Amino acid sequence: MTVNEVQEDIIASFAELEDWMDKYQLLIDMGNDLKPLDEQYKKPQYLIEGCQSRVWLYARFDRESGRVFYEAESDTVIVKGLVFLLLKVLSGRTPDEILGADLFFIEQIGLKEHLSPTRSNGLLSMVRQIRSYAQVFKLKA
Amino acid sequence: MLEISKIRGEFPILSEKVYDRPLVYLDNAATTQKPWPVIRCLEEGYRRHNANVHRGVHFLSQTATEAHESARSRVGRFLNAASAEEIVFTRGTTESVNLVAFSFGETYCREGDEIVVSVMEHHSNIVPWQMLCERRKMRLKVIPMNDRGELQLDEYEKLLGPRTRLVAVTHVSNVLGTVNPVGEIIAIAHRHQIPVFVDGAQAVPHRKVDVQALDADFYAFSAHKVYGPTGLGVLYGKKKWMDEMLPYQGGGEMIEQVRFDKTTYNVLPFKFEAGTPDFIGTTALAAALDYVETLGMGEISDYENQLLQYTQERLAALPGMKIYGQAADKESVVSFRLGGIHPYDTGLLLDKLGVAVRTGHHCAQPLMERLGIDSCVRASLSFYNTREEIDALCAALERIRKMF
Repeated sequence: MTVNEVQEDIIASFAELEDWMDKYQLLIDMGNDLKPLDEQYKKPQYLIEGCQSRVWLYARFDRESGRVFYEAESDTVIVKGLVFLLLKVLSGRTPDEILGADLFFIEQIGLKEHLSPTRSNGLLSMVRQIRSYAQVFKLKA
Repeated sequence: MLEISKIRGEFPILSEKVYDRPLVYLDNAATTQKPWPVIRCLEEGYRRHNANVHRGVHFLSQTATEAHESARSRVGRFLNAASAEEIVFTRGTTESVNLVAFSFGETYCREGDEIVVSVMEHHSNIVPWQMLCERRKMRLKVIPMNDRGELQLDEYEKLLGPRTRLVAVTHVSNVLGTVNPVGEIIAIAHRHQIPVFVDGAQAVPHRKVDVQALDADFYAFSAHKVYGPTGLGVLYGKKKWMDEMLPYQGGGEMIEQVRFDKTTYNVLPFKFEAGTPDFIGTTALAAALDYVETLGMGEISDYENQLLQYTQERLAALPGMKIYGQAADKESVVSFRLGGIHPYDTGLLLDKLGVAVRTGHHCAQPLMERLGIDSCVRASLSFYNTREEIDALCAALERIRKMF
């Protein structure tokens, strides 16, 4: 599936839910499904510090396939749910796909506020970090 | 007895809806909502009385100056200051602390001196003193607290020594709600001839404060936390210190005469008020103080205490609830964590259910560290909150608990 197809898929699964609480319930369930990050990556160099929550992000470049694989975790379940979605869209892609991705799904499912600079949850910095890893791997590839 | 439904009608924002749900505003320690008399005062000020103060010969400037100076006297009476010249207007409590940390520091502090703060201070009452300590190569000492969230006065007195220049302590903790025995803290410091700065931001909205009875040397609060306008604060300072202290900022208003070889400074309180003051804000603050004193600080205190008891009882009954702060004397602030749920998640979902609370470290990271947590949820109450709103908070928390 392309980046946009995955995004459309996510939008469809949220579209059925009208109530905010149902959307968040789905997000919480996804957060609980997120594979825990290996303890060795829960270190300061992988930490993205938000004012209210923290995200750890680890990236690995697979030379053979030319793809970037991300693993991440957060201390809050809702942010974990959003991390789950972001990785679903962006992990396992080529640096060009990642750098060219327009992340429209977050706005479409009504969760844009989480990526606003005033939401001090570290997610916006995480998206930036995902892109800068892709940038670095692109130069190395 | 306060007539709560009538009072609520005087705060237009309380009938707003968020996400199609009635707003339950429980973030009053961050800022309070404004009653009509304050909103009208601001509007009237700009519509009818706007002119710069202290310099115009014309009619409007004189009425604006009178209103501004009468607001200063109003604040003086509110705190029971000995005179209005001991009342300095600032941008907020934070600026009041910075003013004293700078001007007191410049005037009285030397290398090797010490400042004493407490472990439960807001960052605003820590960082300006740390900056002073860095400037002057001084040391910061910290009053510890017990597990209930009360300062340990026996330990406090041991911190005081010949090099202690000032004690800076909060009247009420913005996280724990603890009401510190500032009268006693001041008396102890004064036995050692040490002046005391009191951060009154969380006290002034809830209880009668008498700076002379406390014998406080400095006392600060913010207008927006006591139903007044934002961007305005107050610093009370005893004349004997304020007269000697060097100015904080230079500019208009604060000077007596400016010459290139030597500038002389204005008298109190103008010496500490460089630039055009927020003269419309000050009159709105006076309106806010009129409002709360008409309701009665005693009545407000009684009602809020009952509501605090109710809130703590209801919250404590929720499974997995942990409340931080069990001081014997508490203001209407309740900080908590619900089971293993991250405060950010709790706050976010409460918001979606129409309940506004604060989450995070509440600008008190050293206190968080002492409590062994990195964040918590804080519900902070005002006299316009009701038991029904507390029930709504608890119902929302019940619902949230089941989502994880």
